Formats: sequence, C-alpha cells, structure tokens
Amino acid sequence: MTNWDRFLETFFNAKMMARYLPDILQGALVTIQIAGLVIVCGLLLGLALALLRSIGLRPLNLLIVFVVDLFRALPPLVIIVFIYFGLPASGVKNWGFIATWLSLTFVLMAFSEEIFWAGITSIPKGQWEAARSTGLSFGQTLINVVLPQALRLTIPPLTNRTIAITKGTALASVVAVGEILGMASSAVSNSYNPSPLTMAAIGYLILFLPLVVLGRWLETRMAWKR
Amino acid sequence: MAARPVVEARGIHKHFGAHHVLKGVDLVLAERELAFVIGPSGSGKSTLLRCLNRLEEPSSGSVMVDGVDMLDARTDLNHARQRVGMVFQSFNLYPHMTALGNVTLALRKVAGKSSAEADALGQSALARVGLADRAGHTPGQLSGGQQQRVAIARAIALEPRVMLFDEPTSALDPELVGSVLAVMRDLRQSGMAMVVVSHEMGFARNAADRVLFMDQGLIVEEGTPAQIFESPAQERTRAFIGQIQKH
Repeated sequence: MTNWDRFLETFFNAKMMARYLPDILQGALVTIQIAGLVIVCGLLLGLALALLRSIGLRPLNLLIVFVVDLFRALPPLVIIVFIYFGLPASGVKNWGFIATWLSLTFVLMAFSEEIFWAGITSIPKGQWEAARSTGLSFGQTLINVVLPQALRLTIPPLTNRTIAITKGTALASVVAVGEILGMASSAVSNSYNPSPLTMAAIGYLILFLPLVVLGRWLETRMAWKR
Repeated sequence: MAARPVVEARGIHKHFGAHHVLKGVDLVLAERELAFVIGPSGSGKSTLLRCLNRLEEPSSGSVMVDGVDMLDARTDLNHARQRVGMVFQSFNLYPHMTALGNVTLALRKVAGKSSAEADALGQSALARVGLADRAGHTPGQLSGGQQQRVAIARAIALEPRVMLFDEPTSALDPELVGSVLAVMRDLRQSGMAMVVVSHEMGFARNAADRVLFMDQGLIVEEGTPAQIFESPAQERTRAFIGQIQKH
C-alpha cells in the first residue's frame, strides 16, 4: 500500500462515507436550521438595537453599548456553555440547540448592531437636514433616506460577520447537538476513520459558499448608479 | 393696513456652547420680497437662515412664518416646514433615488399625495427648473448645477411660502452657476419670497429688494442694493464690500 493509497483510505474512504452520509445529511439539516434562525434573529435584533440607539436616549444607549460590548467580548463557545450549563432550563428538550441558537443570535446581534450603527452614523448630516427641512419626521427620514443608504454601506462587513458567526454553529457539537460536526465526530469515534470529517468539511463548503456568493450579489444589486 | 409679513423673526439669539453666534437679529420679510444676506464667514448668516426653519434651535427670540409660530411647542413643526423651502450649499440630494424620487418623497410622505399626484407635481417642479428630461437620473448622473436645480425643485414642489438659499452656488464650478441663478431669478419673478445667503453680488444687485450685511452675529446695515454696494453707511460694510470688489 503506497502512502497515497493510505491517504485516500484514511480521508476519502468510500465505504465509510457511504455509511455515514445519512448522518451527515441529517446533521446538515440541523446546521441549516440553527444557521437560518441565527441569521434572521441576529440581524433583525441588531438592526432593531441600532434603530433604537439612533433615537439618542442616553440611558438606553449606554445599556445598548454595554450589552453589545459584552457579547462582542465573550467567545461564542463560552456563551454557549454558559447558557447550556448555567441557566436553570437545562432539562428542556433540545436545550443544546436552543442554547446555541440564542448564543450565536446574541453575538450576531451585537456585531451587526455595531455595523448598522456605523452605517447610520456615516450618512452625512446634510441628508438628515434636507429631509427634515421638507417636513419629514425623524422616523420617516431614518426609514426612507438614511437607512437605505446605510444598509448599502453595511452589506460587505455584514456579510463577513454573518458568515464568521454562523460558522460557529459547529460549536453546538460541544453541547451534544447533532449538527454536521457533531454527527461527523461521533461517526469518527464509531468508525475509527476520519472520512466523515472530510464529508463534514465538504458539507460546510456546500452550505457556506452560497452565502458568500449571495453577499457579493447583494453588494452589486444594492449599488446605485454613480 | 400692511400685509402680514411672510417671515417675522425677532430678537434671535443663538449660542453654541460659549460661542454667541447670533446676538439679537431681526429679519422681517414681506410677501414677494427677496432679502439678500452678505457678510464674512462666521458672521452668523447660515445660522440665521437655519433658525428660520428650526434646523437650529434659537436660544431665544421668536420666529413666525406665514403667521405660524415656528418655536411654539404646539406647532406641528413637520407640517410647518413644508412652508419653508430650503436649498443647501452641498445640494444634499438623496443619492439612492432618482431626481423625481427626490422631489416626490416629501409630497408622498408629508403632503400625503398619492404616487400619481406626487409624480405629476414632481414632474412639473422639475420642468420649472428645466430638468423635465432628467427625472429618471440619479444625482450621481447629474452635474452639480443640475443637482442644485433638482434640490430647488424638491423644495418648490411643496409650494412653500418662502425659500431659504444657503450659499446655493458656492459648491459649483463657475460655468454652472448661471443655470442655478437663472432658476432663482425665475422663482423671484413668480413672486416667491426668498432669503438668500450668497456671495453672488451680481445677482444681489439686480434681483434683491434688500441687502443685509451681517458681521459678528448682528445685522450691521441693511438697505437697497444700491445703498449697500455704492454708499454703505458703516465702516465695516464698506471694508467688506471693498474686499469683495477687489476680486
């Protein structure tokens, strides 16, 4: 047996791959569920916090900044473990799933709030003044004039962050969630062969490459003619 | 009985922290009148203009526009602002909208027009500034002069009682200034009351009813263009006019 054969046998073992493919697919489904929930909830919460912050109530803004800084500073794994083991609801069904979902949602909320906020504050004061001078209210100006411009600016950093944080779904394997990595790990333990991990890697590529492409597409679509 | 003035600002003071920018300014503008405000930079011209539609909050004083108390907490400010059109030095068009979109936004959102009504009014406002054929262009596709004319159309579409111009031609290349001034002259001829802060002395001479010279937060002198430009009474006015005419 040559080294090359040994390499193939170890990492691309067709028999093992065939045997554990259903597990990996099932894990992929869980990953997609967590990822989808995290992206939707995290971005919506982040946008909501940024909009609240733009109202400019000092105590509220201090609270928002505190929460955001907290979740930006803590490693996602620490948050997951903390919620999973630390909160009294530990007996709840699918608690690992929920803990991961909540944790990553909070992290994405925190980072996306900062990005949305940066986008909103980067819009020149003159845009606000022009809109307000025609009688638009604060909210109308924010929604119709400022936000469309701010969102366009935020898409590249937002895509990056969203992908980086969503990949953290792999951390769920630590709290016994059967997502891709969790399924692959147990398959490796059962089979003494790392080929399921190769499948997991391919699975992540299949799941996350489209997100990257979607981000690019959004960037070009949101650009207006200069 | 004299007609009610369109703008009646009395005793306007404005402090920015320790900085006293306006030190008790009165500005009364009659129907169809064009008041032209000149003065060195930092004299408070723009701040005065911005106090009239409350983009700046005056520290004290009163501002009445068309009989509406702009500083009264009970006044619906957003509604009142429709009566005061404003044009900015840097145009401030919304870059993500077409020219028509810029003009119709407030018509739809504030004046409560339907999309069709707003589009019709917007088109006619763009036609008034000579840009009917540019309705579908975004600001990035327009020259500076065209952008500023769209900004004027955005303001006049709301049928304001008075138009405020804050150095409308200062950001323009010299060859584009004429088109904007022509639109302003048209507007003047249609009887629009206007307050213009600008350095276009030629325009002041042949379009203004009254020229106000401001310095250090006060109106130092006011009078007809002939008075101010040919025989200013105050030393400071004379010095400023002299400096400008050297160019």
